[in-house]
Amino acid sequence: MNAIENTNHGGNGGHGGNGAGGHGGYNFAYLDEQSKRMIRRAILKAVAIPGYQVPFGSREMPLPYGWGTGGIQVTASIIGRDDVLKVIDQGADDTTNAVSIRKFFVRTAGIATTEETGQATIIQTRHRIPEQSLLPGQILVYQVPIPEPLRWLEARETETRKMHGLADYGIMHVKLYEDIAKYGHIETSYDYPVRVNGRYLTAPSPIPKFDNPKMNDMPALQLFGAGREKRIYAIPPHTRVESLDFDDHPFEVQTWSEVCALCGADDTYLDEVIMDDRGTSMFVCSDTAHCAERRAAGHRGPDGDAAPTGLVP
Amino acid sequence: MTVATLEPTERSRRADQDAADAVAAADAGPLLKAAGISHFYGARAGCENVSLELRSGEVLGIVGESGSGKTTLLNCLAARLRPASGQLAYRLTTGRTVDVYGLSEAERRRLTRTDWGFVHQNPRDGLRMAVSAGANVGERLMAVGARHYGDIRDQVTDWLTRVEMDLERMDDLPSTFSGGMQQRVQIARNLVSQPRLVFMDEPTGGLDVSVQARLLDLLRGLTNDLGLAAVIVTHDLAVARLLSHRLMVMRQGRVVEHGLTDQVLDDPQDAYSQLLVSSVLQT
Repeated sequence: MNAIENTNHGGNGGHGGNGAGGHGGYNFAYLDEQSKRMIRRAILKAVAIPGYQVPFGSREMPLPYGWGTGGIQVTASIIGRDDVLKVIDQGADDTTNAVSIRKFFVRTAGIATTEETGQATIIQTRHRIPEQSLLPGQILVYQVPIPEPLRWLEARETETRKMHGLADYGIMHVKLYEDIAKYGHIETSYDYPVRVNGRYLTAPSPIPKFDNPKMNDMPALQLFGAGREKRIYAIPPHTRVESLDFDDHPFEVQTWSEVCALCGADDTYLDEVIMDDRGTSMFVCSDTAHCAERRAAGHRGPDGDAAPTGLVP
Repeated sequence: MTVATLEPTERSRRADQDAADAVAAADAGPLLKAAGISHFYGARAGCENVSLELRSGEVLGIVGESGSGKTTLLNCLAARLRPASGQLAYRLTTGRTVDVYGLSEAERRRLTRTDWGFVHQNPRDGLRMAVSAGANVGERLMAVGARHYGDIRDQVTDWLTRVEMDLERMDDLPSTFSGGMQQRVQIARNLVSQPRLVFMDEPTGGLDVSVQARLLDLLRGLTNDLGLAAVIVTHDLAVARLLSHRLMVMRQGRVVEHGLTDQVLDDPQDAYSQLLVSSVLQT
């Protein structure tokens, strides 16, 4: 696959002054400059107070809430002409949501896109952190459906804000206690609550807990946008991020007895893909770019030769 | 001769001991001291100019008809409601006395969750109905930093046993429990942090008499064993007689009579108290 797609869709791409550019009369990266400025202010505040949810005036975007409006607004307000954008949805570059969002920015901002994690300057993600370690200078933008980790226990926003203010987080362990009492271990497997910089309890968005350790001390900047809930929060580079646990039930990530059927990786997050209606399934890397890179480098899994390059069958 | 010399010595030794105890008690002072508490709903008084003292281990009953301001007063005393005027002082375990209304929100939360308890009339107000009984009881421990599942579990088991709950139901949701069981869970949830002061709002309201009787037995046993101080609001004089050492009778937001429980119930002085006592069905 092409690492970098055609950067100049439409006649206006790459031309014009600060505000102009993009396609079909839209401002650069869709949002108007005032809105971007407002969002950047929220981002600055979020970076200054790691893990704190900053309210912002979320705009209507040309796609429904729940499809990544928060992440898109954050990306739109930080993206520049020289940026290279990668968009993943559940780890994959080629799902509808990821393709649509990438095309959206190609059309409205005329920027370059890539599927290679190392090449991107901005990575917008839904539900995964890339397997490859991120670099200093990169920005990871998360799409967040529910930014409030305490919502499960406390429905009132006034109360949860007070709890954050007082760092009154004991009840979060009630949820983990329930898991252990019911299942014998902490069953929460995604959106696993973290404590950022020893202060704010934060929702990592619905990434699998497999990815939680990657958030700790990450060299890249992590930005979180929740469009419907109108919240932005951030984890600056090299910030301490701890997953909650009990002394006698420490935090653990998922493991698999299988390896990736395509590339043979035994250290990645695997998706189980159902192959037919007789229950046959295969385990493959959820991070498609990482998997393709490994195969290109000659790694093969049990079904590696059967599968075509590129897409998972 | 020997007896004659021994007796005064023994007597004086006891007297010395009594005097020392009295001094210690006076030094310690009241656990909770309220002065001039008034709260208004618009022009109407919820409670007006109420002052009281509560010593450690003492159980105070507040009785009166519906709308007499019992619950408003209880909420003011438990710092769940900030009264329009009045002071509330509480002696901490450290011996320091604090102005409860002057505490910061964080300090107040910590106090009400560790050293105090509040048992609601309706268990739905005091329990998280969507999490198991065990988690409900363990919540206070986790709120103050307990991070060892096994230890939390042990303490929860201990307390559920003490309130005579069936341990097989420990991981069930309170919504699947009967009213009496829910109330037991609520009591265990409050006592797990070993508070010194518990506020109860009609703890046996809405329960049938046999369940009430067992719950009252339990409460009386617990307050005795643990030396708990308690403020109990009830409209049921039998409950008040059974549990409380002292009784306050309220009417239209004011305290009309205040004294030892037996004294107030057997020889009420105020006209309203007399009416209240004589209104109880004699069976």
